[in-house]
Amino acid sequence: MSKDGAGALLEVRHASKQFGDHKVLKDIDLVIDEHEVVCLIGASGSGKSTLLRCINGLLPLDSGTISIDGMTISQHEVELNFLRREVGIVFQAFNLFPHMTVLNNVTLGPRKVLGLSKSEANERAMGLLKRIGLWEKRDEYPDRLSGGQQQRVAIVRALAMRPKLMLFDEVTSSLDPELIASVLELIRELAGEAMTMLLATHEMSFAREVADRVCFLEDGVIAEIGTAEQMFTAPANPRTSEFLKRIIDAGRL
Amino acid sequence: MTRSEGTARKDSLAGPAFGFAIAGFVIPLALLSGVAIFLGRRAERRIIESRGERGGLAQSRRAQRLGQIGVAIGIVVLALVFVATRWDSLKTLRTVFFQGPDITGSFSTVFAGFLIDVRLFVYAEVVVLVWGLIVALFRIMPGTASTPLRWFAAVYTDVFRGIPAIVTIAIVGFGLPIAGVDLPTLPFESDNLFTYGVLALSLVYGAYVAEVYRAGIESVHPSQTAAGRSLGLSWGQTMGHVIVPQAVRRVIPPLLNDFIGLQKDAALITTIGILEGYGRARIYANAHFSYAPFIVLACLYLVITIPMTRLTEWLVRRDRERMQAGA
Repeated sequence: MSKDGAGALLEVRHASKQFGDHKVLKDIDLVIDEHEVVCLIGASGSGKSTLLRCINGLLPLDSGTISIDGMTISQHEVELNFLRREVGIVFQAFNLFPHMTVLNNVTLGPRKVLGLSKSEANERAMGLLKRIGLWEKRDEYPDRLSGGQQQRVAIVRALAMRPKLMLFDEVTSSLDPELIASVLELIRELAGEAMTMLLATHEMSFAREVADRVCFLEDGVIAEIGTAEQMFTAPANPRTSEFLKRIIDAGRL
Repeated sequence: MTRSEGTARKDSLAGPAFGFAIAGFVIPLALLSGVAIFLGRRAERRIIESRGERGGLAQSRRAQRLGQIGVAIGIVVLALVFVATRWDSLKTLRTVFFQGPDITGSFSTVFAGFLIDVRLFVYAEVVVLVWGLIVALFRIMPGTASTPLRWFAAVYTDVFRGIPAIVTIAIVGFGLPIAGVDLPTLPFESDNLFTYGVLALSLVYGAYVAEVYRAGIESVHPSQTAAGRSLGLSWGQTMGHVIVPQAVRRVIPPLLNDFIGLQKDAALITTIGILEGYGRARIYANAHFSYAPFIVLACLYLVITIPMTRLTEWLVRRDRERMQAGA
């Protein structure tokens, strides 16, 4: 790790990643300032998930660098562990631990990684679970919760680590329509509290509402990035307008 | 067989009177069974053909019950016929295996020997439970630094799964002491030969159980590992808190299988001179020309394994119900 004193919270430089012969990310540059909310849009397979997993350190980059809060992280396992602590991620399929109660799901990271005592971790979890109205469900197992509740617990599990940056990987895509609202509401609140966030999403109207900037990813390349207003009303790249038109035709905007 | 047939024939019940008695009993029963099955089938067919005119829960259940009663009576008939036609050889069977005095006479020695088997497999099971998991984790450990461990685990499982248990027991039990490997005597034991037995069985079943664990670990979806790692947990922490607890729950049935296998193979240590249940049963059998002690030993094994199986199933079910929705 090396500190270079740059102002941005997240700096991705020349990030490339390939699986076999398939280049998923091609020389990506992305800078996110503190308190900024950026939405990643793009078709399935455009590399959104891979980019998020690389930023969180779940996948090592083939080349390029990631800096968080001025620290450049080498792609070595030791430093990736550090990166994962600083960057929280929420998955499309929740990925809660099915053999643990809701409370233990939320406190596992703080206890084992941050070294909090059981009571400190429980206190932290209490604040978060009360906030999403699920404190009463703390002793339930995840499978007994609805999808929306599970996803909110997953968000809170990531928040319990007090990350500097939160990543959301299509967190509403596997939810029933009537359950989506509660999850989006929580993310909206986090945006209101100036949490720095990067969201891959298909919810275009939501993206337009919460995002400071929107980034359109196509075939592993950032085809266009701009303010939400500009991207949705006057995209500069014809590929962006094509993509948005397809989404509108599908009734998703 | 001919000799025993000859002696059995003399006091056999298989005279004409006995034959008639059996026939008088079996034939009406067989008819009854046939009629019940026929009526049940007809009732079921009528319910289906009536397209809602007949039926309902009570009527359907009655039709099904008729068929079941018919089948049950049928089985009784078959059993009766079997017993009646083989009365002579069944009597021989009884004198060989179920002679009351031999059962009571051999019980105390066989039971004392069986307790050695029990101590042996309890020790071995504890060792195997831990050792198997260690080997499985070696096998799947990521990173170049752990390559030697992966190799060790692969070679170990290949070798000890491939050698017959009785051969491993001979190598460990006879070979190691002569080679100068001196193992300590375990608590509650008088002899360190027992320790070699525990070691041999643990080596054999450690290899099986390691593979069971590995299958379980690999069956947990990679997204669980991702979720654990994403929180900053190390690989070891992710395994310990997230993956292994889920994996173990999934492999309890095959684990139980291997444990029952281990319990039964405990008898093989008789070959290195530990006088456990099987060894003592054989000595008694040879001295008394009776195989009753084997029946005693068989029953003792079942008394352990069957309740153990039911208890495990109950624990698994309870755990599952706790975690699942709407259970």
